Amino acid sequence: MIAPHPLERRETAGNGAAGPAIRVGHVHRAYGPRGNHVLALSDVTLTVERGSFVCLVGASGCGKSTLLSLLAGLDQPQKGTIDVQGRVGLLFQDAALFPWLTTSQNVELALRLAGVARTERARRSEELLARVHLGGFGDRRPHELSGGMRQRAALARALAQGADVLLMDEPFGAVDAMTRDLLHDELESLWADSAMTIMFVTHDVREAIRLADRVVVMSSRPGTIVEEVEVPLRRPRTLADPSVAALADRVASRLRQEVARHAAG
Amino acid sequence: MQPADIVGRRNQALAGLDALELPIAPRPGRLRRAWLGAWPQLAAVGLVLVAWQVVVASGWRPPWVLPGPAAVLPRIVQELGDDLPAAVATTLGRAAIGFALAVAIGSLLGLAIVRWRLLRTAVASLITGLQTMPSIAWFPFAILLFGLSEGAILFVIVLGAAPSVANGLIHGVDHIPRIQLRAGRVLGARGLGFYRFIVLPAALPSFLAGMKQAWAFAWRSLMAGELLVIIAERPSLGVMLQFQREMSDATGLLATMIVVLAIGIAVDQLVFGSIERRIRANRGLVEVD
Repeated sequence: MIAPHPLERRETAGNGAAGPAIRVGHVHRAYGPRGNHVLALSDVTLTVERGSFVCLVGASGCGKSTLLSLLAGLDQPQKGTIDVQGRVGLLFQDAALFPWLTTSQNVELALRLAGVARTERARRSEELLARVHLGGFGDRRPHELSGGMRQRAALARALAQGADVLLMDEPFGAVDAMTRDLLHDELESLWADSAMTIMFVTHDVREAIRLADRVVVMSSRPGTIVEEVEVPLRRPRTLADPSVAALADRVASRLRQEVARHAAG
Repeated sequence: MQPADIVGRRNQALAGLDALELPIAPRPGRLRRAWLGAWPQLAAVGLVLVAWQVVVASGWRPPWVLPGPAAVLPRIVQELGDDLPAAVATTLGRAAIGFALAVAIGSLLGLAIVRWRLLRTAVASLITGLQTMPSIAWFPFAILLFGLSEGAILFVIVLGAAPSVANGLIHGVDHIPRIQLRAGRVLGARGLGFYRFIVLPAALPSFLAGMKQAWAFAWRSLMAGELLVIIAERPSLGVMLQFQREMSDATGLLATMIVVLAIGIAVDQLVFGSIERRIRANRGLVEVD
């Protein structure tokens, strides 16, 4: 019998009675004054299974970030329902570490706000930083870290929240290609070792295929979901895999079709 | 879990990238840095003394009206063995109490304005207006209210300094990057905790700049106050100035003025300057060359 690869994770992970981790039902969100508003999201319906890794791709203006804000509870929809099970963590494109705290203090603040006892915090923060390979860097200030290290520190901070659902808003958009490859591996193994549900926003289709169980394609103005693509490829994958590239091409052409619609209009 | 060799290789690659990304910044030693910071200031003081001596030597005013540094500087040393320490103690004590009150009141006011939009619409411009009011113009009224007492002096110090504290805080909060506020919310900071852990630390640099300005206002108000509100049997720098003017003691007058100036600068540089430098360094805000 062939053992499944460690990254081929539990098909039925976290199959409690509670159902999907994220449920979005017919959500509308518009900005601006009545009559002259921009419809950021129009009738968006989406279900994300517990423990799955979903990537959201779309051109600019497709409301990806709006959707994440809604899921994180930073914003409210005008119509429709949002249901997220468990604690939500959000990672921004800019790591958004607090510059007045050291790296470990950033993590400890998250622990504190999550209600972790004072005596526990230092130890837990050390563990979490070691988990993202920042073991020796706890005393550094955010500005003393590189972009990739800051993103990992932000990841440790999000893990400190004990997030059940991790939302990521183009987190690796600003790091160099080599670092990004390593961060993909890191994120994937972190996810495989936990019961976390991840919703990852990117404009890079290949990155989406590399990471996701399922890719959700959005169109712009108004933001709607046009297609959901299952990614049946075995893990581990790399960006360079021909099968990743082939599927990415298909999704990219679908996306181009959507974008072209706007040129005509 | 993944095979150990893959994980190990990946970790090594990450560690290598991390090492490459970190800056190698040789820093000059502590003494050398202190000297680099000090010599231009010492040179500036030297230039001023030379210019002063030149004006005195030109005979523009007789030496009993405008004495030179050679007469004034020894006088400071002489006064140090006389009334000066007591006077400085009184004045600094008042400054400390007045400034502390101003910071407390200004902070509460600033927080209230940040918190309640209606209050901001109502009084924010009034606060800035209050800053333009010369503090000396408050004294007649303050003396009516409190008599010739410490109370009158403190009242004017607070009126002069508290608006700067409040404005610094308001400005600081207004300029917090939105993403930091969002990050705080996502981490679950709510209510008072949101202010304590996110808003106030984020606003600190500007808050401190407000306090620094407030110190300048407080010190100026205090000097005006001590010239006007003279309390018997209590030597202060203001009283010394007043007394030396009445005695036409130009040398003493200049000596006291230099002490007033020196204290103002010392507090600004040693207290606020060093805190500010630390905050800037911690947050990676670069020095402008």
